[in-house]
Amino acid sequence: MRIAKALQLTLTLLACAFLLVPTIQSVLAGVTANYFRGLSSGLTLKWVAEVWSLYSGSIFLSIGLALACLVVTTLIGVPAAYALARRPGRGSRVIEEFVSLPLAIPGLALALALLQLYGSLQGFRAHWSFILVGHVLYTLPFMLRAVLAVLAAIDLRSLEESAATLGAGPWRRFIDVVVPNALPGVLAGGLTVVTLSIGEFNLTWMLHTPFLKTLPVGLADSYASMRLEIASAYTLVFFVMIVPLLMAMQWASSRAQRMFR
Amino acid sequence: MSIRFFSLACLLPLASFTLAFLALPLTRLVLGAASGDDGWGVYWQILQTPRYISALLQTIWISATVTVAALAISTTAALFLQRNRFPGRSLLLSVLTLPLAFPGVVVGFMIILLAGRQGLVNQLTPGHTVFAYSSFGLFLGYLYFSIPRVLLTVMAAAEKIDPALEEAARTLGAPAWRVTWDVLLPALRPALIAAGAIAFATAMGAFGTAFTLATDIDVLPMVIYTEFTLSANFAMASALSVVLGLVTWGLLLTARSLSGGTIAAGG
Repeated sequence: MRIAKALQLTLTLLACAFLLVPTIQSVLAGVTANYFRGLSSGLTLKWVAEVWSLYSGSIFLSIGLALACLVVTTLIGVPAAYALARRPGRGSRVIEEFVSLPLAIPGLALALALLQLYGSLQGFRAHWSFILVGHVLYTLPFMLRAVLAVLAAIDLRSLEESAATLGAGPWRRFIDVVVPNALPGVLAGGLTVVTLSIGEFNLTWMLHTPFLKTLPVGLADSYASMRLEIASAYTLVFFVMIVPLLMAMQWASSRAQRMFR
Repeated sequence: MSIRFFSLACLLPLASFTLAFLALPLTRLVLGAASGDDGWGVYWQILQTPRYISALLQTIWISATVTVAALAISTTAALFLQRNRFPGRSLLLSVLTLPLAFPGVVVGFMIILLAGRQGLVNQLTPGHTVFAYSSFGLFLGYLYFSIPRVLLTVMAAAEKIDPALEEAARTLGAPAWRVTWDVLLPALRPALIAAGAIAFATAMGAFGTAFTLATDIDVLPMVIYTEFTLSANFAMASALSVVLGLVTWGLLLTARSLSGGTIAAGG
């Protein structure tokens, strides 16, 4: 029994090491003067500064896209989740299923589909909103499902009926009753949307243009053509952005689940 | 304004977005696959071209081995973390779920840092040990992003197992390995099938990691990418995408009907 436990712990720790060691390496390499000579060459922020001068445009583009994606998925997802939650049934299941297709189909295939249909519309193809469409496509199911899960767990119908007896019309009920109740789901879904949008590569790589490089596209670029220290420093910048978001996302999701168990 | 009308109006933004950017493009993809010289025969063409067949088999092989490895590692870790409370437990859990937010390219870079030319293994071992760009490197990359996904699915299921079942088995004198084999694993079976399907589908469609590591390895997403960008063979790229999409979609549909969770095939 004790041996079995020790073996399990060893395997768990090995798995942790496998995941953690390269991230630490990347953090260290990003602040080491010369990675090949090791830490003894001294610590420096010059690589991070260089990343900033080379790629700050990509970083801001990604943040802007993520925020735009958040707005669009909220505007589309929250009303839709309400409509689906009001009439649960086969039809709603089919709609949810179809909207969730981008989770199951590889991003590469979706990007090819978008490119073949809209690639020739130059004004759209070369605009940042083309990448935004890809990001919304991929993140919308998360917003929809997060809000739907919360709305399905509360007694929406009686809440709305009480509001209706007090004279509130559909629009007032939506704004004053539905939206406030859905907020924990919107928060969890929104954090997921932003986290995923900032890290999205598979679709973006196909949809981007040389003038519109997002953060992960820039990362791929730096891995292919920059020295290891710069690639690492850029990865470090990405970690600094994504890890707090990931933690907030996990916190918000488990909070929403706890509230409506 | 009636409530029925209001509900329909609420669905309108979703319906227009999904129609314009999902339904129509996917239709175009399927039709585009048949727009080449061979028409619908393009699918027959896939079966007759050794390069596509070997890429398909190679992708299936790597995905299958990754699935088995991730299931073994993550199930062990999930069960261990589920039944033992100790200081540092939540830290281990955070580390194991960290790669969830990493794009595939970053995962590829992690493997380069481990096993590339300037990688840890090459520095620590005598001689020249570089395997980041081999199929083993690709296997490690896929394993890297599969571990957290499988772990979360299995842990969610393990939480729901009634501890009384295990206690009963133990009171009846079953040794630990029999409790695991006869009680825990059967109870986890739906979750394991679901997690396996997710891991397999994710690995089949993984583009970012392959893009960074598979410079010499023909996996399906890379073949699609080169057909599209280098050969400009749009019909074949579309047909291969349709095949890949159908495989991953079918797998995840099975997975969800067994587990009921929301899972993305990113990477």
